[in-house]
Amino acid sequence: MHNLNAIAALAYRDLLKFLRDRPRLISTFIFPFIFIVAMGGSLQANLGRNIGYDFLTFIFTGVFAQTLFQSATLGIISIIDDRENDFSQEIFVSPISRYAIVFGKIAGESLVALAQGVAIVILGVIIGVPISLPQMAMLGVAGVAICLFAGAFGLVIVANMKNRRSADQIFNFVMLPQFFLAGVFAPIKVLPIYLEVLSRISPMRYAVDLTRSCFYAGLSEYPSVVLAGPEYNLVVMGIGFSAFLVAGTFLFVRNELNR
Amino acid sequence: MQPIIEVKNLIKRYRKAERNAVDDISFEVQPGELFALLGPNGAGKTTTISILTTTLSATSGRVKIAGYDLERESGAVRQNIGIIFQNPSLDMNLTAEENIRFHAILYGQYPFRPAFSMMPKIYKDHVHELASVLGLDDDIFKPVRTFSGGMKRKLEIIRSLMHRPRLLFLDEPTAGLDPQSRIALWEYLKQARKESGTTICLTTHYLEEAEEVDRVCIINRGKIVSYGTPQEVMANLIDEYLLIDADDRKRLQAELTGLGITFSETPLFKIGLNGQSAHQILKSIETPLTVVRLHLPTLEDAYLAIMGQEEHA
Repeated sequence: MHNLNAIAALAYRDLLKFLRDRPRLISTFIFPFIFIVAMGGSLQANLGRNIGYDFLTFIFTGVFAQTLFQSATLGIISIIDDRENDFSQEIFVSPISRYAIVFGKIAGESLVALAQGVAIVILGVIIGVPISLPQMAMLGVAGVAICLFAGAFGLVIVANMKNRRSADQIFNFVMLPQFFLAGVFAPIKVLPIYLEVLSRISPMRYAVDLTRSCFYAGLSEYPSVVLAGPEYNLVVMGIGFSAFLVAGTFLFVRNELNR
Repeated sequence: MQPIIEVKNLIKRYRKAERNAVDDISFEVQPGELFALLGPNGAGKTTTISILTTTLSATSGRVKIAGYDLERESGAVRQNIGIIFQNPSLDMNLTAEENIRFHAILYGQYPFRPAFSMMPKIYKDHVHELASVLGLDDDIFKPVRTFSGGMKRKLEIIRSLMHRPRLLFLDEPTAGLDPQSRIALWEYLKQARKESGTTICLTTHYLEEAEEVDRVCIINRGKIVSYGTPQEVMANLIDEYLLIDADDRKRLQAELTGLGITFSETPLFKIGLNGQSAHQILKSIETPLTVVRLHLPTLEDAYLAIMGQEEHA
């Protein structure tokens, strides 16, 4: 019970922190806006007619998944940031289970990512992406799965990191390549073999495809947009989540002490 | 009485380090004591504190805190200690009250509630009482970011005492504070100690702060170089002495020699007291003196002397 209260408090703190950090709030909404409006809009205008489906919607769903995935992953990694000069010290010396720290952090960063997901959906509605209410609900379900999966992925990364400097490189080496390998902005239905291999080992690929398989369910574009069914993506993400969580928690708790 | 801190043959070597950061140290702290760990930067103070507060594991050795084994019962150890870190550990985006509330929840005192108004009355009363102690009745609901350095420190101390720890660790609590805040902070700590009987273990750079402690432990390069009450540490190292001078130095020199008083010229005449009273010595001197200075050692002198010996070693 004590640990459940602690998890709730840790998660709530992450959400409060996000909602009160105005510069961070603004910047997290600017990027999806640029990607969806500028990139989606221009590609749709120039290539949209040849491709056979609405490019704006395609990028909207990709960016939705990418933003949630990235926010949850980098959010977990931020634990290393403030381990030495913030409230984190206070968390690490408190009498709660180390597992409660991990779960609280994943829950908190998931809430933060979902808050951004809501904003992206609102942005989509404003710029005219056709979204029905059932589709919104489906995005919500996919969003929760993505956050948990990405949180566990972030945990494995942070457990293997030594310091702040390596944290700075994560975006360049781990996140950015996945934007393209996971098909956030560009279709990856057909890929040369070496890219196909890289794409299949990119966790973000499954997050993006899950979102699209939920969003496009029952629509005529489904076969040309979706790579694999929602079941397949969920199974891959479920296995990944379990493996990342077990390995990440083990390494994280061990590294906390053996410095 | 069972010591509240028992450290036996503690060794810590960081991964890939060439020497031990903490090199086979042993000491004890009794309940209710005010204990200070002194030493230069890199001596191993913070490493020792990190181990004692369960954030770092030792390479070898045995540590018991409040009767609990540090390795096997770290949860019980954590419940019994409070810590003030070298760097502030407040969440700047949260209000003072939220910082306190999250602490209380993490220590299992209250169930989680997302707002102050939903907390139990006993908690609310406690917070209002703390706020008036801090002198910030109106600001307790403002973000900590807006607080002064001294205020933040005070808030951290209040927060660390929320769960009534038996032992409070302070890692350089007054570093970076102006003298006024430093004095105010000590006043508050003394009062808290009187009321709750909390044992305090601190590290500090300010030696005058350590003069008032019950016991000091000076460490250098991971080893204990001096240990005892401040009086013991000072007595072992520094002599009390008298410095005198006269216009007629020849006459003074002859007189001192005649009286059988040993002295050295530094160029002032330096007379070691070795237990004699300065009054007796001065009374026996006839030569008119122009300088009379009594040197009583401070902990700072003792500390510098110890570090000086260490340099030569």
